[in-house]
Amino acid sequence: MTRFGFPSRLSFYFFILLIFIVGIVLILQRHWVYDVPLLYGETKTIWSIEAKVEFMAEDKPVKVSMARPPNQEGFTVLKEAAASPGYGLHFLDGDRPQAQWSIRNANGKQTLFYRAEVLVNEQEQAETIKAPKVPYVTLPQPFDKTADAILADVYSASSDNFSFTRELLSRFEFEKENQQISLLRNHYNESLPVLITKMLHKANIPASIIYGLELEDGRRRQSLVPMLRVWNGDDHQLFFYPSDSFSEYSTHADKPFLLWQKVASPIIEVTGGTQSDIHFSMIKREESTYANISQTLSSQYDFMNFSIHSLPIEEQAMFKTILLIPIGALIVCILRIFIGIRTSGTFMPVLIALAFIQTSLITGLVGFILVVTAGLFIRSYLSKLNLLLVARITAVIISVIAIISLFSVLAFKLGLTEGLKITFFPMIILSWTIERMSILWEEEGGKEVMIQGGGSLLTAVLVYWAMNDPWIRHLTFNFIGIQFIVLSCILLIGSYTGYRVLELFRFKALSK
Amino acid sequence: MIYPWILKQRGILGMNKRNIDYISRYNPRRLYPLVDDKLQSKLLAEEANIPVPELITTLKSQHDVAYLKNKLEGCSGFAIKPAKGSGGKGIMVLSRVDEQHFSKSSGQVVGLQDLQRHASNILAGLYSLGGAPDVAIIERLIEFNPLFKSFSHEGVPDIRVIIFKGFPVMAMMRLATRDSDGKANLHQGAIGVGLDIATGKPLHAVQHGKSILTHPDTGQALSELKVDHWQELLTLAASCYEMSGLGYLGADIVLDNTRGPMLLELNARPGLSIQVANGVGLLHRLKPIEKIDRSILNRDAAARVAFAQDAFASDSLIEDRI
Repeated sequence: MTRFGFPSRLSFYFFILLIFIVGIVLILQRHWVYDVPLLYGETKTIWSIEAKVEFMAEDKPVKVSMARPPNQEGFTVLKEAAASPGYGLHFLDGDRPQAQWSIRNANGKQTLFYRAEVLVNEQEQAETIKAPKVPYVTLPQPFDKTADAILADVYSASSDNFSFTRELLSRFEFEKENQQISLLRNHYNESLPVLITKMLHKANIPASIIYGLELEDGRRRQSLVPMLRVWNGDDHQLFFYPSDSFSEYSTHADKPFLLWQKVASPIIEVTGGTQSDIHFSMIKREESTYANISQTLSSQYDFMNFSIHSLPIEEQAMFKTILLIPIGALIVCILRIFIGIRTSGTFMPVLIALAFIQTSLITGLVGFILVVTAGLFIRSYLSKLNLLLVARITAVIISVIAIISLFSVLAFKLGLTEGLKITFFPMIILSWTIERMSILWEEEGGKEVMIQGGGSLLTAVLVYWAMNDPWIRHLTFNFIGIQFIVLSCILLIGSYTGYRVLELFRFKALSK
Repeated sequence: MIYPWILKQRGILGMNKRNIDYISRYNPRRLYPLVDDKLQSKLLAEEANIPVPELITTLKSQHDVAYLKNKLEGCSGFAIKPAKGSGGKGIMVLSRVDEQHFSKSSGQVVGLQDLQRHASNILAGLYSLGGAPDVAIIERLIEFNPLFKSFSHEGVPDIRVIIFKGFPVMAMMRLATRDSDGKANLHQGAIGVGLDIATGKPLHAVQHGKSILTHPDTGQALSELKVDHWQELLTLAASCYEMSGLGYLGADIVLDNTRGPMLLELNARPGLSIQVANGVGLLHRLKPIEKIDRSILNRDAAARVAFAQDAFASDSLIEDRI
């Protein structure tokens, strides 16, 4: 057994046991010491949101003001922090909560971070905000006249400021064919929110554009979305802007929406710098008790609290996905070693499953099958051209991109916005899959392609279910110990010498 | 379905056990290139005086492809194959029609251009593992015994012998069928005929995992299959152990009408279908050899063959069961 330097079985199992115990200890330690709940669900939801401000300083004093999210209906801001070496920092409260950074001299590219921990809190009530004064507005001709005509029409079909707004928005949303609407839409296509707000002002209705953030777990480099706040006396209400073909203003019902400012004001003002830009990363976390929330894990840097929670949000969001990959790999190991399922490319199903997470399952499956089928047809033509391998795969990559673009455009024209999501597929991987399946087809026939393709998709779906499970997501992200347990399982599976389930069928003939 | 304990009782070797307990234990990784590259194993075999099909030429760069015609001057029948191919991929068997045209064993005529394109594809790595650049080997055709004609559809039948620590433990003959498109791989529909280690006589035959008694294309009764030079063939197979250093090995051997058994290629990861063809599990033969003492292990190839023939002789030939 030790002929080729194999360690003895006993020490191998001891090693596995050790890893397993380390995993369990890490999990229990995090559970007991830091009160991270083992069970998903019995928790409060906290969103960590990080704003990254970037600009070019011009070798002179710099002052940066950034709007900060206020407490609002449904959300309580628990804790705020900012990072910015060398800068003086100041949090201003009041009607326009702001973070202000200042420095005597700076040059070159500057990056400032602001992080807020926001608790989802049903108790938090809406505040009354005084209606702003309505400014006098005119639009250039002929748009002013067109707007007046629409406003008069809307006025007769409404009873108060809110129903007026709803009526106006719905015309912009649904009556794109209407000549007056399309005239305005075409002229103001990039600044529809501004146009609509101005039109409300023309009708003497207090309204302002207010920016907020759509919260979706694990998103990076997000931008703010404009919303419309309209007053009717002391009451105020928020409205989504109608979406149009160039940018999406409306938000999704299943994603909570956090307002980033209380009253309309610039989100960011930079003096002494140019090309300022702001974007957001966010991550969702489940915490057990309120007490625990106050002593946030990220502020503790001792060794035993080795956790990805001490990383910036942008990296955490990335790790949230990366930490799921071992779970996918574990499932692939089980399916291949215990069952004997054949897939095309060992871990390709995991990558496909990652794409499914972005696209949702049905869209992903349909998209995958469409792209691969179309790719196989193109590849069968390429094989006649007699190209060198690398050039051929490059041609396949370009074809895959073309197919994906074509499908996206077609889907959009047909009104299927879901179809746009197939761009999440890893294109290089898809191209290799097509190449491999095509060779398989030529050499072993269509049956083998179906077996391996089907095996890959089946595996990808199972992996997707596992990686999308809220329990598994909760455990992998909050307990690094899970990774040790997965590792010990994989090592154990790797030493399994028994039969595979499919071999029980393969060797059926030997039962006689 | 067959229950796992019955598989175990029959001594059937499964994929996981093969990978862990045999391949990774007895086949040192560094020796793989010797068998994965057919050119290397061919040269190695020639060095060890093991007969192999005669090498006509090799094409090593795209530049060589242009000179293919000159290199094939005066050669009547040949096979072109990728050095690093696996599972019979990319092998083309051709006989000469005229200066510009060749004929496949199926009768299909291919032009010099087609042949050059095939060679170029091989060099680009179309058939090699992972698409690595490859070398094309051109070797003289086997003149196979006309007796085999009715047993095989198009392709040359070859004999796969599993050699464990130098002992030939199991053997089968692979016969191409119309289903397998002239190829000799069982999963593509070729027939596997298990051969008795002691005599080389057929034991049992399967196609698509089911027992059969006659060749589906020719109607030839498989029980009449006869392998000449059996002793010589097994000794050749057994000596591949010394040559390659691999403990668990599959040797593919063909019978040339005039030169007798010749080594076609070696395989460091031989498949498990041979068990189905023989109707016998490999473990019952591998386990005893693992327990064998040194004095027998150190004997020469002929003595190891004699030991194996004595130990693994079968008493249920196919002809007895009809």
